[in-house]
Amino acid sequence: MAMSKETKKVLFGPILDNNPIALQVLGICSALAITTKLETALVMSLALTAVVAFSNLFISLIRNQIPSSVRIIIQMTIIASLVIVVDQILKAYSYEISKQLSVFVGLIITNCIVMGRAEAYAMKNPPMMSFLDGIGNGLGYSFILIVIGTIKELFGFGTILGFEILPLVQNGGWYQGNGLLILPFSSFILIAGMIWFIRTIRPQQVEPKE
Amino acid sequence: MSAKKETLGRTVGVVVAVCLVCSIVVSGAAVGLRSLQQHNAALDKQTNILEAAGLLADAKGDIAGTYKARVEERYVDLDSGDYVEKPSDSYDMYKAAKDPATSTKLEGSKVGFQRKPNVASVYLVKDDAGQVNRIILPVHGSGLWDLMYAFLAVDADGKTARELVYYQQKETPGLGGEVLNPDWKAKWDGKQLFEDGKVAIAVKKNASADDVHAVDALSGATLTSNGVQHTLDFWLGEQGFGPFLAKQPWKS
Repeated sequence: MAMSKETKKVLFGPILDNNPIALQVLGICSALAITTKLETALVMSLALTAVVAFSNLFISLIRNQIPSSVRIIIQMTIIASLVIVVDQILKAYSYEISKQLSVFVGLIITNCIVMGRAEAYAMKNPPMMSFLDGIGNGLGYSFILIVIGTIKELFGFGTILGFEILPLVQNGGWYQGNGLLILPFSSFILIAGMIWFIRTIRPQQVEPKE
Repeated sequence: MSAKKETLGRTVGVVVAVCLVCSIVVSGAAVGLRSLQQHNAALDKQTNILEAAGLLADAKGDIAGTYKARVEERYVDLDSGDYVEKPSDSYDMYKAAKDPATSTKLEGSKVGFQRKPNVASVYLVKDDAGQVNRIILPVHGSGLWDLMYAFLAVDADGKTARELVYYQQKETPGLGGEVLNPDWKAKWDGKQLFEDGKVAIAVKKNASADDVHAVDALSGATLTSNGVQHTLDFWLGEQGFGPFLAKQPWKS
């Protein structure tokens, strides 16, 4: 089955052309905090993608029933329920990681990407497309998280997913770990760097000068 | 259609329906996954006990097996310091502390909680020959934000600290959260907890590494350091494990 142009745009557009973090600058808070290790970044990406995709799907399914006066509350209820389910599943199947992610799984509820996509896309579009839009935006978020998680773990700890790539001085190797990269605020610099990079290869994203 | 969507009855109906479905999903997930989560929580507790026992490296991933072979949980009457039978099958000292029948009210204590359990758990760590070589005491007390829970490992002489492993705390990361820092944890090994029968261990600023009664406080986290101090003062004192550590019933 060949994908229509529209489907492709919805699914893959958010990775580079319309990235939720780099262009829309949403969901920065969690991206800053949990990218110290690639593993947590991966799990967080999966959790967020699942939540956006399913919240978009369910909200789109009942979009014609939702009274507009209480639509935000209904969206929040659905998103919050999904986040709790994801949190419970994490606690059951990967307890260590859920401890590391701690409060950030719960904070997916307030992640602007989820609310933003529900309000901007799922309320107006059919369920299948909304689901794909959710996955697409999840992929966009994951893309940034994984790149930053990889850079931070490789140059901060000398490992990738816990496997030693650059042997650290402390363990008798030659690589002096970059302490700056272990700290959360280095993600700021890295995210800014990625925004720069994306806008260099996609110059139409640059805002016009005022 | 949009006009019909906005009536009061419909709005309430939709909200109730959404809430019902969501609550069923959430409670279904919580109930369905509970046994797995409890298993994980138990494993996590055993991991922390093994860390306090200094056996985590030896366990090589087999937490449950090592725990079963090397650690024995006993119950201690805090007033007398003697072993007692397990009070009930599902006894939990933190739950018992909430029940007036199984706990005692504290007066004028700085430790940060109001009631202490009458019977507390202790974990005896044995070497290969079956001799007790460490005693692990569960301790808790208030930090800056919330109660902090830890395992204090004491040498078989009942006086020398080996490890202090915090396993549940909500201190500020980077400041009070440094109770988890391996460098700080390493400072506890070999410290003397008592002097002339009194609790002497002190968490204080600029403590020298040679001072056997003092551990350097966490910089930028005075209240957390004070919390650690009050926790140890209480649990090593007369109201806590003091009588137990003085009697040393694990030796007989």
